[in-house]
Amino acid sequence: MKCVRMGAGVMALLWCLAALGGCPRPEATEVRLGVNAELTGSKPAVGASCRNAAELLAAQVNQAGGIRLGDKAYQLTLFIEDNEDKAESAAAAAQKLITQNGVVAVIGPNASGNAIPAARICEDAKTPMVSPWSTNPKTTEGKQYVFRACFIDDFQGQVMAKFARENLKAETAAVLYDVASEYNKGIAEFFKKFFEAAGGRVVAFESYTKGDMDFSSQLTKIKGANPQVLFLPNYYNEVPLQVQQARRLGLTCPIIGSDSWGSEELLKLGGPDLEGTFFSTHYAPDIATEKARKFIRDYQERYGKTPDDVAALTYDAGSLILAALAQAGAPDRQKLRDALAAIREFEGVTGKMSFKDTGDPVKSAVILQIKNGRFTYHASVAP
Amino acid sequence: MIGTLAQHVLNAVQLGSVYALIALGYTMVYGVLTMINFAHGDIFMVGAYLSLAGALFLLGLPSQLPPLLVFLGALTFSMTLTALLGVLIERLAYRPLRGAPRVSAVITALGVGLFLENFTLAMLGPEPRQFPALIPPTVLQLGGLAVTPLNLLIILVAVAIMVFLDLLVRRTLLGMAMRAISYNRALVPLMGVPVDRVISLTFALGSAIAAAGGLTYGLAYPVLDPYMGIRIGWWAFIAAVVGGIGNIRGAMLGGYILGLVEIFTPVVLPSSTYRDFVAFSLLLVLLIFRPTGLLGRPLFERV
Repeated sequence: MKCVRMGAGVMALLWCLAALGGCPRPEATEVRLGVNAELTGSKPAVGASCRNAAELLAAQVNQAGGIRLGDKAYQLTLFIEDNEDKAESAAAAAQKLITQNGVVAVIGPNASGNAIPAARICEDAKTPMVSPWSTNPKTTEGKQYVFRACFIDDFQGQVMAKFARENLKAETAAVLYDVASEYNKGIAEFFKKFFEAAGGRVVAFESYTKGDMDFSSQLTKIKGANPQVLFLPNYYNEVPLQVQQARRLGLTCPIIGSDSWGSEELLKLGGPDLEGTFFSTHYAPDIATEKARKFIRDYQERYGKTPDDVAALTYDAGSLILAALAQAGAPDRQKLRDALAAIREFEGVTGKMSFKDTGDPVKSAVILQIKNGRFTYHASVAP
Repeated sequence: MIGTLAQHVLNAVQLGSVYALIALGYTMVYGVLTMINFAHGDIFMVGAYLSLAGALFLLGLPSQLPPLLVFLGALTFSMTLTALLGVLIERLAYRPLRGAPRVSAVITALGVGLFLENFTLAMLGPEPRQFPALIPPTVLQLGGLAVTPLNLLIILVAVAIMVFLDLLVRRTLLGMAMRAISYNRALVPLMGVPVDRVISLTFALGSAIAAAGGLTYGLAYPVLDPYMGIRIGWWAFIAAVVGGIGNIRGAMLGGYILGLVEIFTPVVLPSSTYRDFVAFSLLLVLLIFRPTGLLGRPLFERV
């Protein structure tokens, strides 16, 4: 322990000396990209998909000879940081990637609770950040350097409210959401707003706090309100518990969810209780385009499993950055930001996106149903 | 309305049963060593994982066993191994510090807890594990009350263990030795009581009961992760203190009180966010008026 600390001290001293001496930087032959992912913590499947997709993209780029900018070829180097699925660690990881690793842009974080604080750090450091999966509007709101590859919760809430009203013909709905997470809270409120605007009634709007395992009191209250549909905009590690407890309490109404359900882990943890539930997400492997099929094939070959929405969106976020880099012509943060902001249309593996100066793409959502223990395509909803 | 209230009470009794089982471990160790074993929540977590391992093994056997047999098999497996773990922890981490200031032992206990968490994390990875449903998930509707066989099994197992422990402490020689040590540890060895062995057995018992808590918890909330012991550990600790730490019946009572707090907070208040606030406030207020908990003996220093 002492040794390590002394070693760190010596390193720090050397760093200072190097900085004071102003030794000339060697000619850059690499483009450094940061990945700020939820590798540990409560949703490690999200972090794993994000890391896998980013590594796949980097390997593909480097195998093809790297990135050509102007007349030089650069290797793409990834710096992957674990944000432990905590707001403060996400901010610290962003800070480390920007200042210590000198990345030109950061991919991630994915969960909105982590992406919002990290976005503030990136904005202040004038470093572009592209979040693959953070759908809360606050992530990019009022920021110049922050972008994302997914739709936002205004749209997602509207999609699910409309689905509940029109397809499930529900007059009344109940919502159970995590009040301590930005993502869950945001989408729950949007769903309520749009469901009521469509003439429905939200009869129970119950909350819990991240880390809870017992939802029986909220679900008992919800059962008492007798809703025709239950909306659970929560992460894949909690949804199975909520669905199981709801069913055990004798709640039989249809259950719907949001893109946070999209991990294969959900199926492993939830088992047969999840049969017949619906959720909105970003892409469906069942109806993949040619481009998406190639991505799915490559991903399966490398990792032996079907990429989930986080993987697909991470691939798109990385591809967006590469496209912007090609426009920018140099691995420079400011030029990259301007090029990212200038992108109007982009076709990724999750479909066509168009941007309108907010950093948020406009793109369609798909609704999946869990059938026979698999995610099955049900419908597409265009904005 | 009555149905809903009955449902809340049933939920609270089920959850309280698990808290009571874990609180027993805190209170027993405190009884014999006047030390708070902060690793106990993580011992519970290991117990839950061992139950999972036992259940998966039994379910994987070529011949299909009846669910109750799988349950009992997993319970025995997990209780035995977790008891060994408890003894090992006491032998390696706490016994060398028996003469050291009390704070050293508490810090060691926190360290042991961190070790168990991170060891499990390193061995099994961060992915949560699913606990198989051993008991068929049939729902019986009694008026507005939904009861599953699982509810009843959890409550039954917990009560059986508590009755057994209560009899053991009050009626057997081992129980008498435990009570004697908690009364005066300096004098008891002079009477020929093997103190070290009794302490080892106390750890074995406490850990085995935590393993039973782990199995029942895993059945009720079938998603296991390496950090699950932290919050449950804290809540069970509060339960032990509320009931009067060192008092076995107090720990049971405290467990059920905490179960009620957890279930009824979101019923009365707008959000479950207030759960910890209510639980810790209860602890604070109680400690002001009854510093030794509800059933604890008044404390006096012998000169």
